[in-house]
Amino acid sequence: MTTRITDDKEVSERQVELQKMGEVVVRFAGDSGDGMQLTGNQFTSTSALMGNDLATFPDFPAEIRAPAGSIAGVSAFQVRIADYDIHTPGDAPDALVAMNPAALKKSLADVRPNGIIIANTDEFDERNLKKAGYETNPLEDGSLEGYRLYTADITTMTRRALEDSGLDLKTQDRCKNFFALGMIYWVYSRPVETSITWLKQKFKRRPEIAAANVKALTAGYNFCDITEAFQVRYEVEPAPLEAGVYRNIMGNGALAIGLVAASRRSGLPLYLGSYPITPASDILHELARFKNYGVTTFQAEDEIAAVCAAIGASFGGALAVTSTSGPGLALKSEAINLAVMVELPLVVCNIQRGGPSTGLPTKTEQSDLLQAMFGRNGDSPIPVLAASSPADCFDTALEACRIAVKYMVPVILLSDGYIANGSEPWKLPSLESLPDLRTEFWSKAEGFQPYSRDEKTLARPWAVPGTPGLEHRIGGLEKEDLTGNVSYSATNHEKMTHYRAEKVRRIANEIPELVVDGDPAGDLLVVGWGSTQGAVAGAVRQARREGLSVSQIHLRYINPFPPDLGDVLRRFERVLVPEMNSGQLALLLRAGYMRDVISYGKVQGKPFFRTEIYDKIKEILEAPRDVS
Amino acid sequence: MSVELPVLKKSDFQTDQEVRWCPGCGDYAILSAVQSFFPTLGIPKENFVVVSGIGCSSRFPYYMDTFGFHSIHGRAPGIATGIKMARPELEVWVATGDGDALSIGGNHLIHLLRRNVGVKIVMFNNRIYGLTKGQYSPTSEVGKRTKSTPFGSIDRPFNPLSLALGAGATFVARTVDIFQRHLKETLRQAVEHEGSAFIEVYQNCNIFNDGAFKYMTEKESRDTQSIQLEHGQPLVFGKDKSLGIRMNCTQPEVVELGDGLGPDDCLTWDAHDPSPALAFLVAQLSPPDFPTPIGVFRSVSRPAYELASVAQVEELTEQRGEGTLQDLIYSGEAWTVRQDGTVVSGVEEA
Repeated sequence: MTTRITDDKEVSERQVELQKMGEVVVRFAGDSGDGMQLTGNQFTSTSALMGNDLATFPDFPAEIRAPAGSIAGVSAFQVRIADYDIHTPGDAPDALVAMNPAALKKSLADVRPNGIIIANTDEFDERNLKKAGYETNPLEDGSLEGYRLYTADITTMTRRALEDSGLDLKTQDRCKNFFALGMIYWVYSRPVETSITWLKQKFKRRPEIAAANVKALTAGYNFCDITEAFQVRYEVEPAPLEAGVYRNIMGNGALAIGLVAASRRSGLPLYLGSYPITPASDILHELARFKNYGVTTFQAEDEIAAVCAAIGASFGGALAVTSTSGPGLALKSEAINLAVMVELPLVVCNIQRGGPSTGLPTKTEQSDLLQAMFGRNGDSPIPVLAASSPADCFDTALEACRIAVKYMVPVILLSDGYIANGSEPWKLPSLESLPDLRTEFWSKAEGFQPYSRDEKTLARPWAVPGTPGLEHRIGGLEKEDLTGNVSYSATNHEKMTHYRAEKVRRIANEIPELVVDGDPAGDLLVVGWGSTQGAVAGAVRQARREGLSVSQIHLRYINPFPPDLGDVLRRFERVLVPEMNSGQLALLLRAGYMRDVISYGKVQGKPFFRTEIYDKIKEILEAPRDVS
Repeated sequence: MSVELPVLKKSDFQTDQEVRWCPGCGDYAILSAVQSFFPTLGIPKENFVVVSGIGCSSRFPYYMDTFGFHSIHGRAPGIATGIKMARPELEVWVATGDGDALSIGGNHLIHLLRRNVGVKIVMFNNRIYGLTKGQYSPTSEVGKRTKSTPFGSIDRPFNPLSLALGAGATFVARTVDIFQRHLKETLRQAVEHEGSAFIEVYQNCNIFNDGAFKYMTEKESRDTQSIQLEHGQPLVFGKDKSLGIRMNCTQPEVVELGDGLGPDDCLTWDAHDPSPALAFLVAQLSPPDFPTPIGVFRSVSRPAYELASVAQVEELTEQRGEGTLQDLIYSGEAWTVRQDGTVVSGVEEA
């Protein structure tokens, strides 16, 4: 039995089958202006409140408004909801909402066999079909036979629902995404109330717009209810999430909050020097809103000025951060090296995207790892950390700040477009659980030496201007041990080079023991880093359930590596390294541990599917062994 | 309670580092002027920060016993902007050269000036690359023969003052290394200015471009080849102030005074003119037709960038209250999973 929504009451209607699903993947796809990101976010919020675990992945074009109806202009939002703990937005959509032919064309290959396709027939006219490169109408030519196709005149029906609204046609048409959302809500047994509340809040000052969207939403819901075409509804029960308070968070948002948290826990004012670049700009946007948290943001004239201003602020005693993506990191490299030389704390957040050069700005990749490690002149070691999921960006940001301040070093934090824009529920930490990052500036004038060192960490004193008696000069020229004076001495240069490297190495003393997911020894170890964690974990666990001897470790610390990494690698017969590049971590592991690893790279601007890694694991473990 | 400031001397600003400019370099004169000028400001020594980029002039911070930052080529304005934004109470100076400021660092210079960051920029202009041993610079004249231009430079040079004015600089001045009194007086006016100050200092490189400014620095020619701009004063120059500059329609011209023409007929200098147009015109005056103007070309009052930045933080904090970590983390659309597994909208205390 289903229920239809009327103004005041719910009216019982026809009988439909209700199927329970463990998980569901839905993709909303349409033109850039169709509001697909918003629609996806609404489905996500509603599902979160129903207690599902979830993960999202937006995929939008680099162009702000690519030609309407073109493949290049398709904007999509994928969300996976489940009744258990999940880590990725899913491989193949169970349902695709295609608002036009281009959206269908672009996403169809991903949809699972026999998956649901809801198509807005109004947009499947000759012109749009041609723009998408269809010779015949796929809704009619039988090419979608392997799927469950539901067609609906979404535009027409939205207009009909709003004919008394007094709104012009253009405004009416902008409500059609809510009609589609209503349909999906019905199919997956979601209540409409969360979205109605959101609409009323969002359009508080324009109640007529709120009312129109609410009307479109309920019209879409009711359409499914009436149409005999839909004989089945699905239900995904709540996941057994740990008790606590949650919010859905995107990686860049979590990163920004993590930086502010680090500022608060260290007592240092936060300073961000940045230059807009996809997909890192949201960090600047977020922090610019946090002025009442004492945050200073500076949108510089270029990437170089952005990092230089951060270095200046660090000299002045701020918790200094710069945010960028690959091409920007390249521009910043000389200044980052200055921070290495002057030994000032600095956090460089690099949100990776497809490269080289301008590459694929809105697509994801992990191909800046070697740039982060080595992209500077001279012997210039820098700590490198990688965040593994949207929520993990919060913790990684805190850890990057902790290391930067404690060791007086620049730290590179790697994230990527996939987790920067993807979202997942974040279990909000209690404030007491956050690390204490309090630090003290040097104040004792007597015997002050700008390049003296802490015995344990080898950090030099942070002596900020304005402190009487601590006047000193720093700069990019090689420094003399202790005094910090310019020195061209051969032995001094070697000594200082050693100090800079040793300081980074000593960070390893604080890196927690690796957590091996699965048996501590066996046939195959899968080593992941950064945003691949979810896909790797899913694949490895599936393979293990099928009896294969495979375990996983995931690296947050890439420089230095965890001290027990060598031991763990040795306990497995073979090692597989999947990464979204052509084998950069694999190269580091081979060089660092003389261990031959199997490199598995994916460079399609898209994250790994769980199945891809799973297939690779099977291929390796089931292949006939070379016994020569 | 009044705070007694220590009485500082020139020697308080000298470091123990051996000064390594070539003997006879104009940089010595500038260093000496600054070292004797800083103690007169009544500013605690620890509040000075001298920032530089790369080049001969950029060694300056090593010889100043203040906080100092010898950074990377062209980027001193970026570093200085960060320092000043983080610590507006500090007295931040940039020492730079024509190559550092106008070639590799041109972008940063114009943006610092347009924002009006409260940093004082002293640009040593010797019209040559000294540290890399004698290539032409962005202020070298057309036809300049150097190691990298054996047949003469074909680049047209920058006029640094015009560039600064074009960028919207609020304080623009020119002085000369060996005009010590004028140099110090110019620095004083720069310190008193709120916001960015750009000071071009003609500086002689006696190794690679010796005598570049000799035409106006020699005792015999000084009066006729240079003209001092003083706010509220007519543009007169020459021995016994016998020459003046007046406007003939839109064109400036040099006139001999006397015979019915007096200082009142000459252009009266207004450094505070809101429009930079006349300053731009005068910045273009150059030999052989005109004397070289020195002094303060422009000094107008605009809010300093770092203070506006601080004010915004203060204003928002006042309006919204100081944000707490709790507010920050527990904001947005939150939901609570209870111990029994039920889910409710919003934050519910455990």
